Amino acid sequence: MKAQGRSSGSGYLFIAPATVYLAVFSVAPVLFAAYLSLHRWHLLKPDHPFVGLGNYRALLANPLFRNAICNTFVYVAASVPLGVATALAVALLVSRPLRAVGLFRVLYYLPAVCSQVAISMVWIWILLPEVGLINYCIGLFNRALVSVGTTFGADLAFLRIDTSTDFLHQPGWAMAALVAMSLWIGLGPRMVIFVAGLQNIPEVLYEAADLDGCNAWQRLRYITLPQLRSTMLFVVVTTTIAAFQLFTPVYVMTRGGPQRTTDVVSYHIFKEAWLKFEAGMAAAQSYVLFAMIAAVAVIQFALMRRGMEREDVQ
Amino acid sequence: MRNGLLYGVLILIAASTVLPFVWMAFTSLHAPNAEPPTMANLFAPDRWHFENYTYVLTFRELPIWRFALNSVVVTSGVVLFQLTICSLAAFGFSRLQFRGRNAIFFLFLLTMMVPGQVLIVPLYLIVHRFGWLDTYWGLIIPYQYLNTAFGTFLLRQFFVTIPRSLDEAARLDGCGDLALFWHVILPSSRPALATVAAFAFIWTWTDFYWALLASSSTTMRPLEVGLSVFRDAYGVTRWPLQMTAAVIVLIPVVAVFLAMQRFFIRGVVTSGIKG
Repeated sequence: MKAQGRSSGSGYLFIAPATVYLAVFSVAPVLFAAYLSLHRWHLLKPDHPFVGLGNYRALLANPLFRNAICNTFVYVAASVPLGVATALAVALLVSRPLRAVGLFRVLYYLPAVCSQVAISMVWIWILLPEVGLINYCIGLFNRALVSVGTTFGADLAFLRIDTSTDFLHQPGWAMAALVAMSLWIGLGPRMVIFVAGLQNIPEVLYEAADLDGCNAWQRLRYITLPQLRSTMLFVVVTTTIAAFQLFTPVYVMTRGGPQRTTDVVSYHIFKEAWLKFEAGMAAAQSYVLFAMIAAVAVIQFALMRRGMEREDVQ
Repeated sequence: MRNGLLYGVLILIAASTVLPFVWMAFTSLHAPNAEPPTMANLFAPDRWHFENYTYVLTFRELPIWRFALNSVVVTSGVVLFQLTICSLAAFGFSRLQFRGRNAIFFLFLLTMMVPGQVLIVPLYLIVHRFGWLDTYWGLIIPYQYLNTAFGTFLLRQFFVTIPRSLDEAARLDGCGDLALFWHVILPSSRPALATVAAFAFIWTWTDFYWALLASSSTTMRPLEVGLSVFRDAYGVTRWPLQMTAAVIVLIPVVAVFLAMQRFFIRGVVTSGIKG
């Protein structure tokens, strides 16, 4: 659409503040980070010798950084599919014509707007041995087992679950806890996007499906999911980008432990830059993270598009 | 029957998102040195220790009022700054013709793809060079690239839906670009502006990483960083006092969220994500 026809210089004046702002505080830092990554740049030393790709070679050979990359991929691989699936399931629930679904949507959104430091502190409690919420629930389950056992005269004690698990201080559990927390925090925003996508599906499609005698599963499989493709792509890509950058919960809850099992790349960069003062090395690590995010996003786009084309052919 | 089951599931999920906050609120009223309460004694402390709030609010080493003032100054600064530059840019991108318009808009969107991790070390060095470390400037200006790109995008999407007939009428009345922007476009866009303001508020109020780096003296810390300092000072002891501090930090965010919740949800819809 050719609008108004008023081509003038005043357009540049209107976009100038935001453009200058992004140039100085977004584009320039990206380029500066590339420059930093090619230097040995210690924050407290005056000279910054050029080292070429030396930082990249060093960090790829560094087992601790490789460990951080592995941990990040474990976190992404677990939290993204689970996060998207739970949000979609909940969105389907709150899209039904029920009373008070609006209230539930607001309550589900609540964790996402709250301070992550405060939330991490509460999660430390949830995960505590014996008194934490999870171990407390396990304790209730154990007591229920005993009472059921005595009622029926069976010894069910072998089914009891230990209530002393210190989730944040056991390798494996700590990562699982971070994943669980990410599902909880991210539920609301992802759900709202899915709800918006669901509202855009034409009602006639469902009416046609009813006429054809489709059951609920078929409606989901052949109407809802295909119609949600671009929403799905958006949610998957944004969730992935956020998951690669997990930081605050690690900083507050685990500090990368136990035994470096939650030392993700973002936290590793934090330590490199602000505890070891190696800004050049940290910049190189951040570019590796950038490359991983870009690569995964491109793969997700390509896979989704191929899926769409295949469905279109059918 | 079916609906009963559905409500059961909905309530169960709601319990999981709300229960931690309930625990937080009630724990903050237990005796300062109490063990972390379980669900069994959460609602039955020896007595209600409201004095925890007085204690935390008047704690000498961690001046929470000062933290709160810093958060208010920084957050309102960011909201005003973002509303100004985003709405001006969105007006340019949606209403005015100039060469390279689409290319520049695409570059705006591209900045959303850059992870904050890449920016943060160079930003720190740039802000250091400007002499902005440990000042409000350093806390307000630099780390807003996401707000700027998102806000411009969202407002542009809204501005293009405002009927052109309004523009033409205003032009006939002799309005220039700035008058059109100020008297026609902005007054018709209150919900979109509220959405941008709401997101900018929440993102800034709860930002941790940049605030941790850009503030170094106790008097410049915002609440979010102050809370983490508080936690470090007490380790995993004195849970009730930690939770008191957490409640104080959360009340403003939760209040703003509840008052503005429809704008959060509308923001997702107006940003044009279609199924």
